[in-house]
Amino acid sequence: MSTVPASAATWTRRHLLGLEDLSAEEIIAILDTAESFAEVSDRPRKKVPALQGKVVFNLFFENSTRTRTSFSLAAKRLSADVQDFSASTSSLSKGESFIDTARNIEAMGSDVMIVRHSISGAPHLLSKHVRSSVINAGDGAHEHPTQGLLDLLTIRRKKGRIEGLTVGLVGDIAHSRVARSNIWGLTKLGAKVILCGPPTLVPRGFEQLGCEVAYHLDEVLPRLDVINVLRIQAERQQRGLFPSVSEYFYFYGVTQERILRSRPDVLLIAPGPINRGVELTPEVADGPNSAILDQVTNGLAVRMAVLYLVSGRAALANQPD
Amino acid sequence: MSTIHIKGGRLIDPSQGIDATLDLWLREKQVLAVGRDGPDQVDEVIDATGLIVCPGLIDCHVHLREPGNEEDETIATGADAALAGGVTTVACMPNTIPPLDTPGGVEYIVLQAKRAKKCNVYPVGAVSKGRSGSELAELGRLVEAGAVAFTDDGAPVANPALMKRALQYASMFDKVIMQHCQVMELTEGGVMNGGFQSMRLGIPGMPPEAEDIMVARDIRLAEVTGGRLHIQHISTARAVECVREGKRRGVRVTAEACPHHFTLTDDRLASFDSHFKMNPPLRTQSDVEAVIEGLTDGTIEVLSTDHAPHAPEKKARELNLAPFGIIGLETLVPLTISYLIEPGHLDWPTAIRMLTIAPAQLLGLEHRKGSLRPGFDADVTLLDPAARWVIDPSRSRSKSRNTPFGGWEVTGRAHTVIVNGEVRFRSGELTTS
Repeated sequence: MSTVPASAATWTRRHLLGLEDLSAEEIIAILDTAESFAEVSDRPRKKVPALQGKVVFNLFFENSTRTRTSFSLAAKRLSADVQDFSASTSSLSKGESFIDTARNIEAMGSDVMIVRHSISGAPHLLSKHVRSSVINAGDGAHEHPTQGLLDLLTIRRKKGRIEGLTVGLVGDIAHSRVARSNIWGLTKLGAKVILCGPPTLVPRGFEQLGCEVAYHLDEVLPRLDVINVLRIQAERQQRGLFPSVSEYFYFYGVTQERILRSRPDVLLIAPGPINRGVELTPEVADGPNSAILDQVTNGLAVRMAVLYLVSGRAALANQPD
Repeated sequence: MSTIHIKGGRLIDPSQGIDATLDLWLREKQVLAVGRDGPDQVDEVIDATGLIVCPGLIDCHVHLREPGNEEDETIATGADAALAGGVTTVACMPNTIPPLDTPGGVEYIVLQAKRAKKCNVYPVGAVSKGRSGSELAELGRLVEAGAVAFTDDGAPVANPALMKRALQYASMFDKVIMQHCQVMELTEGGVMNGGFQSMRLGIPGMPPEAEDIMVARDIRLAEVTGGRLHIQHISTARAVECVREGKRRGVRVTAEACPHHFTLTDDRLASFDSHFKMNPPLRTQSDVEAVIEGLTDGTIEVLSTDHAPHAPEKKARELNLAPFGIIGLETLVPLTISYLIEPGHLDWPTAIRMLTIAPAQLLGLEHRKGSLRPGFDADVTLLDPAARWVIDPSRSRSKSRNTPFGGWEVTGRAHTVIVNGEVRFRSGELTTS
């Protein structure tokens, strides 16, 4: 593709396992490549031949609808053959191991495996046992790199930059893979990150990752350029990590009043699925500061970029004839 | 009568305060003499020049997996690994299937060990029936069947009332209660040390305070009961401090440390490799330093392995699903030499004490084992202290391969191992069938 940014030509990684491993230059290369793919979605014929002949497997060992759909659509727009695989209907329920399942799939000729798993490090384990490229589509509470990248792309498109911004991540940081990928991505690109939530969900240790930890949202709101609202799982409340959903909403729910007390141009993003009335109110989710649906659109472009880069086509595209 | 003369070695026997170039004579199943003069008539002469000659090594914390998990290890294969590691006596843990909570179960271990005829195997009985933590097992009958100590290892005795009763009741037989110290409510779902690394990696943590609190509780219970308490595989700085303070108050508490807890830290889990998953988990550098300090100042008097074999297919699972534990019998000596003796934390006699007379005393075997006094059991380990070698898991004598030390270049290994007056391992080869 002639539109591939030059920075992508330096991409050498076979896998995308997390943002912690990537340099700022590599993250920018993905974002720039995503920009060049974004316009594909605006064409009447939303398809390019970049991954023609490649086989992409969606290996989802944990439920997900939007991430899997986004990856599938991204692969199809690159003209790859896409096959879904979900653990609930697979041989895993017959006792086959995770690695054997993946090896069998590889024997069918996969080039890229997109892996979602409830256990941290599962894609890393897989990457040591298969020849295919492995893309981490979320592992346990560890990383969700494409979510982090699409958040970065959304912020960059809306704000024109990342460096120098102050981004607040609000919610269950301790158990969030999205939070970790965002922390790595944002800090590497020069943003300040403030983590906000109750201490049971935001332990002090996160300060060692170069973040500020805050427990009172109202105190930090005026400093934020971006509010990234993370989901609260009901299971956490059942385990006693906070007293009730209503108390959580009282202290951390993003309401219209809180938006009014924020900077006028504050950007609101959320990885979804969002719980209206728990993390944020409907009028905020659908309001003028919200970029939640832009995130979904940008997710496609980011995943096209990642698929394209790990499959090694960028280097080929930029080689002189 | 068969007589063996081991000559020219550096003989280290801390039980007698010996560290000198001396000869050793064994006759039949007993030590005959230590010194420069012995009988002229001998059946075999072993030249130990350049080697260290010491009482057979004793490991007080080993899992042999039989009965119940023979795919991981059997008494015979575990004992082979012990011999290859220079260990002549092991105490095996009762968390088998079924657990060793009946005289029949304990006697089965004794019988299988006799049939295997490798190293000495002493069963440790369960503290509670079914290891369920609710009711004392028949400790007295377990002692009569051959149990040398008690533990619900793999799980702590969580109920403080039961732990107190166990310490009281076992004191009738002068047996020690060995405790896997952990408050389970704080470690539920945990996979690695709870702290900065688990937070960074998004892996469920087992915080150090889970160990600290149980160690403190049990030391207090040992104090009020006068019972004997042994802290298994100590891993946190605070727990080491608790034991030190307990000893200062005169509590009958002992502690052991495992090589992985003085060589590895929790940042290894960044590889998501289940070979670094153990329980208690790998801790931080300051904990490692505290464990080493505890060994240096005598707070921790025993070295053990917590040899925990698991078949490769079990360890190859995703991190949260893979079992805890690593094999250790064959890496005990080289890791002790390379990481405690060579850096100067321990001298040779102190390290040998921790591997011989100290565990013998712990298990109540000090009148037969852990020493080269004449009349003691003829269990002898000859170590080559200078051998440089690379640990190769594929060459392990254990049935399992789960070690994080594969590829490590280390110093020192077992050269010759004698059990009951018979050479059972020599120059890298098992000599038993």
